[in-house]
Amino acid sequence: MILMKDVYKTYSNGVTALNGISVDIDQGEFVYIVGPSGAGKSTFVKLMYREVKPSNGQLVINKTDLSELKEKNIPHFRRDIGVIFQDFKLLPKLSVYENVAFALEVIEESPRNIRKRVMDVLELVGLKNKARFLPDELSGGEQQRVSIARAIVNHPKIVIADEPTGNLDPDTSWEIMRVFEEINNRGTTILMATHSKEIVNTIKKRVIAIEDGLIVRDQHRGEYGYES
Amino acid sequence: MKARTLKRHLRESVKNLFRNGWMTIASAGAVTVTLVLVGAFLALMLNLNQMATNLEEDVVIKALIDTTADDEQIKELGEEIDQLDAVDTVLFSSKDEELQDLIEGMGEGGETWQLLEQENPLNHAYVVKAKDPQNTEELADEIATFDNVDEVSYGQEVVQNLFKFNNYARTIGLVLIIGLVLTAIFLISNTIKLTIMARSKEIGIMKLVGATNGFIRWPFFIEGMLLGVLGSIIPIVGILSGYKFFETSISEISAIGFVEILPYNPFAWQLSAIILGIGALIGIWGSVMSVRKFLKV
Repeated sequence: MILMKDVYKTYSNGVTALNGISVDIDQGEFVYIVGPSGAGKSTFVKLMYREVKPSNGQLVINKTDLSELKEKNIPHFRRDIGVIFQDFKLLPKLSVYENVAFALEVIEESPRNIRKRVMDVLELVGLKNKARFLPDELSGGEQQRVSIARAIVNHPKIVIADEPTGNLDPDTSWEIMRVFEEINNRGTTILMATHSKEIVNTIKKRVIAIEDGLIVRDQHRGEYGYES
Repeated sequence: MKARTLKRHLRESVKNLFRNGWMTIASAGAVTVTLVLVGAFLALMLNLNQMATNLEEDVVIKALIDTTADDEQIKELGEEIDQLDAVDTVLFSSKDEELQDLIEGMGEGGETWQLLEQENPLNHAYVVKAKDPQNTEELADEIATFDNVDEVSYGQEVVQNLFKFNNYARTIGLVLIIGLVLTAIFLISNTIKLTIMARSKEIGIMKLVGATNGFIRWPFFIEGMLLGVLGSIIPIVGILSGYKFFETSISEISAIGFVEILPYNPFAWQLSAIILGIGALIGIWGSVMSVRKFLKV
């Protein structure tokens, strides 16, 4: 599903973010990416949806070799990957429904399919009754659930979440994690970069720890391993 | 592209024109100013060009035939000239016709010349027209080398200067128009760049969920085109009404028809179409240029 072999990433300003990373993640896995700030977590995550390109090494996602992926094929590659951010990245002037439908509109899905799939996914994240609300009228947790809905409405094989609970209080974080587990149970691979010791130590999953651009630990049912 | 998608793009671009209110007016204004100048300039240039072409068309080479040449030789010469590549038409003009022309050209004083009709001292001549008037000089020089040609004349000085002036005027006009158009493109691309900044978040999300660059570019493409078309409304109204006014006043001044401008129909309409086209192109180019940078994510 995700295969990395000796991946290096050096930015154009000379900063080396990844220093030879090799990892293999299977379909349906749930993986936490942990590590101190500036260790390369973000770069690792950005590689997954081809926001950045590896300087060296092999990276295969969904059977696509990213070093051979042409610019014009990036959009199609991304349609199989859902991305979720700490700051939700919702469009403030669009309603909950429109925000989720937006992801289908831009890939030219038919209106009938859009309606059905948006309502299905809003039901999954528990926001069916708030479809007409604007993001500002929702709580942080609800907004994050909208952004999750948008990420998965396209039925991606992989969901990438970059600190999805970073802006949320603990109670809300659990709520979000329940949604992730539900998605994972349906067979979607989930990659989640996080700083939350409680989450990692409570909902036990595979943990990959990155420090100074290297993988220093890769355990199944691992611990967070840092003082938070 | 699906019709539904095109509709979406149209809706998006119109919505954005309104959302950007004053910026829309500012960029359409920039196009308007440019197109008014370009339009006035084009009208002037094309008319000058037409006049120059008319004058050029009138330029003919007169090859005077040796008085000693017999009919056979004259005929031969005519064929020889006709075979040259650069020659458009060759007309034989007998010495009697030449004299008639001369007398008519003299007007009142011409009567005295009528005495010469008894003993015509003039030569027979060939009146030659070049395919491209600009080649007149070379053609004349070539004809001068033929047998039985006494003298070649085509108003050397006047013709040379006329051609030179025309060429300069065309070049200067073209450079000025290109400069104006580039300025307008720059202004539009800056305006649209500002509106894109405001929408960069939206573009970022579109890219993340897998929208193609073409999909993202379309609304901007249409928006630019609409800006250009909006900006060309006033210049077109100006051309259609202004040229009418210009045409009537010119024809009043020069009733003799000495100065002949291009007729209102179809010229004013053609010019309007050109202005509309330039406006749309400026808008499209400006917007596509500014959106390009934001797509490299």
